[in-house]
Amino acid sequence: MRPGSATTAGEEKRMAEDGKEESAATGDSDQPAAGLDSTVTTMVEEGSTLLRRMEISVAEAEKRSGKNSVNMQETFTVYLIETRPMDAIAEGRNPAPDSLWRRYSEFELLRNYLLVTYPFIVVPPLPEKRAEFVWHKLSADNMDPDFVERRRVGLENFLLRVASHPILSNDKILYHFLTEEHGWKEVVYDTGFQAKADSRLRALSATFRVRNPDKRFVDMKHYSDELQSHTSQLLRARARVADRLYGVYKVHGNYGRVFSEWSAIEKEMGDGLQSAGHHMDAYAASIDDILEEEEHYADQLKEYLFYAEALRAVCRKHELTQFELEMATQDLVSKKQQREELATGIVRTFSFKGMTNKLFGQEAPEQREARLKLLEELIAEGEESVKEKTAECEEHVEGGWVDMQRFKEQKDKDLREALINYAIMQISMCKKGIQVWSNAKECFLKM
Amino acid sequence: MSVGAPRGLASSGQKPITEILHPLSAADEPPLSPVPDVTVGGHNPSSGAADKDAGLTNGTPVETSSPASASSLFNRLQLDDEPDADAEAEADAHDPYASTETRDLFVTVDDPKKHVSTMETYITYRVSTKTTRIEFDLPEYSVRRRYQDFDWLRIKLEDSQPTHLIPPLPEKFVMKGVVDRFSEEFVETRMKALDKFLKRVADHPVLSFNPHLNAFLSAKDLNKRQGLALLTKVGESVKQVAGGYKLRARPAEFCAMGEYLDTFCQKLGTIDRIAQRILKEQTEYLTELREYGAVYSSWAGSEDELRRPLEGVAGSVSSCCGALEDLSENMSQDFLPVLREYVLYTDSMKNVLRKRDQSQAEYEGRLEAAVLRRQEDRTPVPVEVEKCQDKVECFNADLKADWERWQSNKRQDFKQLLTGMADKNIHYYEKCQAAWESLIALLQDKQTEDKTNETN
Repeated sequence: MRPGSATTAGEEKRMAEDGKEESAATGDSDQPAAGLDSTVTTMVEEGSTLLRRMEISVAEAEKRSGKNSVNMQETFTVYLIETRPMDAIAEGRNPAPDSLWRRYSEFELLRNYLLVTYPFIVVPPLPEKRAEFVWHKLSADNMDPDFVERRRVGLENFLLRVASHPILSNDKILYHFLTEEHGWKEVVYDTGFQAKADSRLRALSATFRVRNPDKRFVDMKHYSDELQSHTSQLLRARARVADRLYGVYKVHGNYGRVFSEWSAIEKEMGDGLQSAGHHMDAYAASIDDILEEEEHYADQLKEYLFYAEALRAVCRKHELTQFELEMATQDLVSKKQQREELATGIVRTFSFKGMTNKLFGQEAPEQREARLKLLEELIAEGEESVKEKTAECEEHVEGGWVDMQRFKEQKDKDLREALINYAIMQISMCKKGIQVWSNAKECFLKM
Repeated sequence: MSVGAPRGLASSGQKPITEILHPLSAADEPPLSPVPDVTVGGHNPSSGAADKDAGLTNGTPVETSSPASASSLFNRLQLDDEPDADAEAEADAHDPYASTETRDLFVTVDDPKKHVSTMETYITYRVSTKTTRIEFDLPEYSVRRRYQDFDWLRIKLEDSQPTHLIPPLPEKFVMKGVVDRFSEEFVETRMKALDKFLKRVADHPVLSFNPHLNAFLSAKDLNKRQGLALLTKVGESVKQVAGGYKLRARPAEFCAMGEYLDTFCQKLGTIDRIAQRILKEQTEYLTELREYGAVYSSWAGSEDELRRPLEGVAGSVSSCCGALEDLSENMSQDFLPVLREYVLYTDSMKNVLRKRDQSQAEYEGRLEAAVLRRQEDRTPVPVEVEKCQDKVECFNADLKADWERWQSNKRQDFKQLLTGMADKNIHYYEKCQAAWESLIALLQDKQTEDKTNETN
């Protein structure tokens, strides 16, 4: 937020948007970071995140066909986003929702924009693009209705998370995404974020040595690696367990058949055997629903697997800004040294100019003056640069640290709940098992 | 199974089968009620008379849903009472030897011990007997016997009671290197089968009076004369083959028995395969489950707030692994061996049917020859042909009685086997449920703990 802009919360959303628009247009990602003064904190306190003002849901999914960018026919899925103003609901009115259709690629575009525009925020992830960690019976097909349904839920979850984030929820592009179906893409591209997106990707994969990174960020990066490793291991192990469990249940179905055949040659035992066989069939069939429900748990784990990536990106961004600051500082130091040498004639460091001077004689005073003047200009620029980069780095550290704390709290709460729900699912499975076997036992007792 | 006039035999005003007393049954001695195996020793079946009504009205236990251990214990108790009640009802309906008299011969096989001598290593089992029968000198006996001795008894019984179904023994030969003959599991399984064998013999109204059984149960050293026994056995089969009589028409009821046994055997084989497959799948599931639990543990290491919940999950998964191990062990130790033993039992029954066919064939052959000769030169039908007829009729009677007993035993045994399987699965799920419920309790305690800390 530039000085002079409105700083009070709530009604200033419009002004805030204006501020964002300008800063977005210039591709200057510092502006939002500067909002990390009292503005943001008051916003959070007064609870004016978008979600509190607007009810958002991803209500449906539909298949569409159309021509893509290379004029080829393709089938894709679109998702219906519905929004309603919260105050109307609170007043008891039940207005019809505004709605628009978006496809997955548009969600991706939104997220990429957010990643670039708020590099110090752990940006919520999207549900997976393709089905992974699949256990064998589950379809890996993107068009599979179960997959589409789970994706719908995941997309809604994404929007809810973004819209309840103290900083992200105020973004104008986000608001447009939710409210303006056509022309949204052009608006996003107009922000010029694409160029930043490309350089960001390069930076994330580059190797460089930082001298003094913030230790907290180093630790957090290490933690993000651990989180990523553990969640992916868990997802893989869970898929294998699901496969095996499926086998155990399904084989019991064979008892159904053989009991039925056997009951045909028995007199007194026949009825009991036959009924027991039916229960065995029911037992074998029950595993399908059980495992389908467990997919929800897997989705929660996946969200945090992808969140780990986002967390890591924030840490990397810190390393990058810190590195650039260090480079700029170093550059400034060496320029100042050069100036000193030029001014005093004392050569401290080796330089080609120094060598040629020694070999071919000193240069003319006018030349020296010219060079000194240039150096002064460069030093002035360099100092400006160091100041900017220091500010940038500090802002990133401050903003990043706050958001990483927020993320940690959210993660601890969410995963704890997920584990409790998993336990509840297991209990339900056990109860079903007890029920079926008790029924079978009653039949056996009647044999 | 109706007991009508046997077909295929020349009608000669014979008494109906039901009224023919078996030559070996002492006329004065009241026959015993055929009560199936009761593993709880000393159980008095006549007390089942009072329980009969309670057990028979509906074959289901009173409680079906209740706190885990209480109801399952109750069910187990119910189970023990029921077989006697049902068996008695059936026995009265079908078995000519039925009565509600007290059993007076109780046998048990237990306490396996390894014996090492210079020549060989083998296992002996303690055979304990309690009896009030006058055929025995003492009221109690305790002797040690090895598998060979059981085999000797079986052969002796087969030889001396050819018309009766002798219960089978567990497999004699064990491939060395594949199965460890001295492993606890193997010995335990074998011992249970030997116990079952002996109990079946002791419960049989005719076999239990066999002098060889008496010797087996009471003699200090069995004077086996194994060689002779073997010879006798071989001789028997040779005689049968050499007899070479062809059976004309097997009575329909025995045909039905044969068909039933064939199908039944088939189904048993299928069930065995299914059970084995389930065991295999469970083992693989267990392996993956262990690894799965380990991931939670290792993740817990890198978390602080989440450490306890994650470790909790790892703990619950571990408990489930333990419960699954127990279930699998049970299936392989108790379920499968009993199933397999029934295949042997079925084979024994088929054997008896075959022998019956043989004796009928022999009789028909001789009768035909005699009739022809009478037609030619008026030679009267020789006595030995009548003896043959007697033999056949005795055989048929014995067989039918044994069949009924076999059917009744089979019903009880499978009822017990399958309810046992259901029980084990119920226990498995109960244990798992408890493990997960304790985790929730743990986590929710912490939640309320945190909340009170926050408000403070």
